Amino acid sequence: MMLEITPRRALQSHIATPRFETPFHPRIAALSETNDWYTWAGYKAPHSIFDEELEYFAIRSTAALFDISPMVKYRIAGPDAERYLNRLTVRNVAKLGIGRVHYTAWCDDHGHVLDDGTLFRLSADTFRLCCQERHLPWLLDSAIGFDVAVEEETMRIAGLALQGPTSFAVLSKAGFDGIERLKPFQLADFPHEGGTVTISRTGFTGDLGYELFVPAEAALSLWDRLWAAGQLHGIRAIGYAALNRARIEAGFIVANADFMTAETALRADRARMPDEIGLDWLVDAEKVNFNGRKAILEARRNQTLKHVLVGLEIEGNIPADGAIIYHRKKHEAGLVSAAIWSPLAKRNIAIASLTRPYGTQLTEDLWVEIYALRELQYQKMMKRARIVPRPFIKLDRRATSPPGLF
Amino acid sequence: MTSSDLARTKNFDAADFDVIVIGGGHNGLTAATLLAQNGRRVVVLEAADGTGGMMRGFEFHPGYRSAGLAHIINRLDPEVAKLLKLEGKITSGAPLPTVALSPDGKHAVLRGAYGETIDGVSPAEAKAFAAMRKKLMFQAGILKRFLKRRPPEIGKVGLNDLGAFAGAGLSLITKGREEGRDFLRMLLMNVADVADEYLSDDRLKGLVAFDATLGIHLGPRSPTSLLGLYYRLTGETGGKTGAQYIPQGGMKTLAPAFEKAAAAAGVSVRTGTAVTRILADRGTATGVILGNGEQLNAPIIVSAIHPQATFLTLCDTVELGTGFVRAVGNIRSKGNVAKLDLALDKPPTFTGVSADDHRGRLVIARSIAHVENAFNPAKYGEFSPDPVMEITLPSLADPALAPSGGATLSALVEFAPYDLKSGWENGKAAFEKIILDTLERYAPGINKSIVASSLMTPADMEAHYHLPGGHWHHGELQADQLLVNRPVNAAAGYTTPLSGLYLASAGSHPGGGISGLPGLLAARHILSER
Repeated sequence: MMLEITPRRALQSHIATPRFETPFHPRIAALSETNDWYTWAGYKAPHSIFDEELEYFAIRSTAALFDISPMVKYRIAGPDAERYLNRLTVRNVAKLGIGRVHYTAWCDDHGHVLDDGTLFRLSADTFRLCCQERHLPWLLDSAIGFDVAVEEETMRIAGLALQGPTSFAVLSKAGFDGIERLKPFQLADFPHEGGTVTISRTGFTGDLGYELFVPAEAALSLWDRLWAAGQLHGIRAIGYAALNRARIEAGFIVANADFMTAETALRADRARMPDEIGLDWLVDAEKVNFNGRKAILEARRNQTLKHVLVGLEIEGNIPADGAIIYHRKKHEAGLVSAAIWSPLAKRNIAIASLTRPYGTQLTEDLWVEIYALRELQYQKMMKRARIVPRPFIKLDRRATSPPGLF
Repeated sequence: MTSSDLARTKNFDAADFDVIVIGGGHNGLTAATLLAQNGRRVVVLEAADGTGGMMRGFEFHPGYRSAGLAHIINRLDPEVAKLLKLEGKITSGAPLPTVALSPDGKHAVLRGAYGETIDGVSPAEAKAFAAMRKKLMFQAGILKRFLKRRPPEIGKVGLNDLGAFAGAGLSLITKGREEGRDFLRMLLMNVADVADEYLSDDRLKGLVAFDATLGIHLGPRSPTSLLGLYYRLTGETGGKTGAQYIPQGGMKTLAPAFEKAAAAAGVSVRTGTAVTRILADRGTATGVILGNGEQLNAPIIVSAIHPQATFLTLCDTVELGTGFVRAVGNIRSKGNVAKLDLALDKPPTFTGVSADDHRGRLVIARSIAHVENAFNPAKYGEFSPDPVMEITLPSLADPALAPSGGATLSALVEFAPYDLKSGWENGKAAFEKIILDTLERYAPGINKSIVASSLMTPADMEAHYHLPGGHWHHGELQADQLLVNRPVNAAAGYTTPLSGLYLASAGSHPGGGISGLPGLLAARHILSER
């Protein structure tokens, strides 16, 4: 029998697009000087656009536009939506007001973190959950017994982060009237091209900033509106490398970079409880039952938590990315998962996971071993590390309301 | 209204009972009896108008009664019998024979406990069967060590568990290396290959193939189908492994005996009382809501109904983990057996079966191929065009089931899939006709003496006995749903993710059949904890 190739090809058209392009891609591609792309959740996303260093300084000095469309987004709606999310996530959703956003995490039955993300309360019964990994089967199975509809809207909704000191000025200039009333973690709908754009005062930089969500069809017109308004305010398109520096300074963790999510970890001992990745403050033990509650409280009670996530300040100026941490230069104590020289803090900073009691009882005499590859020769360094609170930087402009017109 | 809202409607401190048992089936009553005998104030809540669960009888035609789904006793645990003061009442006299019916009227009759002697086969075949019986009884004996105890918790294996493992190992070693090897070789085999290894008589092969797969969604050639036969041979009645009886006065005496024992122990039994909600707050079960809105509180809730009904219907899923709900939803629990009750104007005569042997169990399973071919359509949502079945004549032991001169016939017929592709409302009549035609071949004239008939498909059982999937074992009795995984790992060993909520139905270890063991072991575990 001859295999008919043509009908088979027709059924597999998706293989022609191994990487999706986001709704903003035409604009970003036109601006790209470095042609430096990576894959983010199946999308082509810029690692840098013109200069990683200058892009970082756009975040801290002017306004940076970052495409967050590949972020996984779910719409959760129905009479039981609050009840459903309260069982799903560790934080108390009853305390999340309408038009507010909070950072949260969700766990499996064993209390292992499946992901972290932001939860937007769009109305009393309508929410948007944004995260790194895909979770539709888990979210749907979690809906058994609830009057709630869960829908993935990653492709349908385009997202932009506008971050930096002049971001408020850009939005004002672009004519988003009332934007000055948005307080941190607050959201509101604004008119755009006959539709609406949902703007929240949130971000991943620790700076003054906003996130904007529109239907994919309205993506380019939104970009153009911001771009035009931002010309005199130093607006720049940026890639992930710059954003990553800012988020490390802000002390934010990234799923599957600073911790392994429970469903992607292949090795049983890699899964983490909230308390093991610095998210203990999210867990509301007093609210109604939620996934993982029993396991988390038992681990606290029985003191079986094995890890702790900390911020480190390391002597010198060599980023310690991936370095092993030692106690008394001898006993292995943990691993650095993210590290940079912070241009803003002027410190060598890192996010690290330590195996308890290192980082809890034993917090002194910690060292990181840095291997710097210099022209085909490693230079080994043992540098002193000090546990410091996160965030590494604190910017008043982030929370000032109304924000300053820089 | 959420469960926590409901919970706030009443003061928690006021416990109405020490223990609430949901479901007045034999396991619920067994658990209740043992707990009450140990000083607990126990109430049993039964949705139906009478206790007994699947042993609950019903009149299917004026003057004719069915004794319920179970028509024979083959694994009532001796300690349960003792607890219920039933010793001796069930097992007087010789065990009932099993007649492996042959279309030519030359049947093989197994006497004693699962064929201690066999009539109607060659001496060589009798010897071969004895060898197989001995082997399987020995191996089942090793498994039995694990059936009368709580399954070990993986990661928390205790001294007692090690004792059981050591005992099992020791009993293998003392029989020599050969036995150990054989045990491991055979454990997960299919019954057809084992029968072929030992036997040459199709009637006997057909019988063991039938017994291994009755109530299980497997054909005799399906891998692991031997487990079903092992399970049967772990049962003992009257101190005899593999023996089968009908109690004096018939099966209908059994359910009242359970209820009577419970009442004697001080258990309050409330029939016609459906539970609509198990109340829980942040991981702890606190009480139940009844159909009439009444709330009862107790620190211990024992659910002796199907695990899926327990968690997916009665519990608010808010109180359960997503992974747990997922696992419970995935319990395989779709029945495959239909129950036929016939009202006859006179006792039937099966060709070639002696008058006395009519009191026993009559099995239509001509060969392994017959059972396998009967199973095949079930895989695709169709019933067997040439079904296999076991038949008893309940009115012979209990004349009150039929008017004077009349008789009843009870048959468990395979395979009748719960999800019949064409729908049971369309298929039922055709399937019943096939069964009656089959019976006519073995008992000519029986169709003329039928006064009335009642065919219960798994779908009917689901409705009549509140039995999700119409599966009388409350979940497939297969390797992946046994021991530490019965009904699911997170609720094995009678405890559940909700503290204070325990399971005690056939859906828990060791499984189905009228044994009382899930109820007994659950109650023992509760007593050991508190």
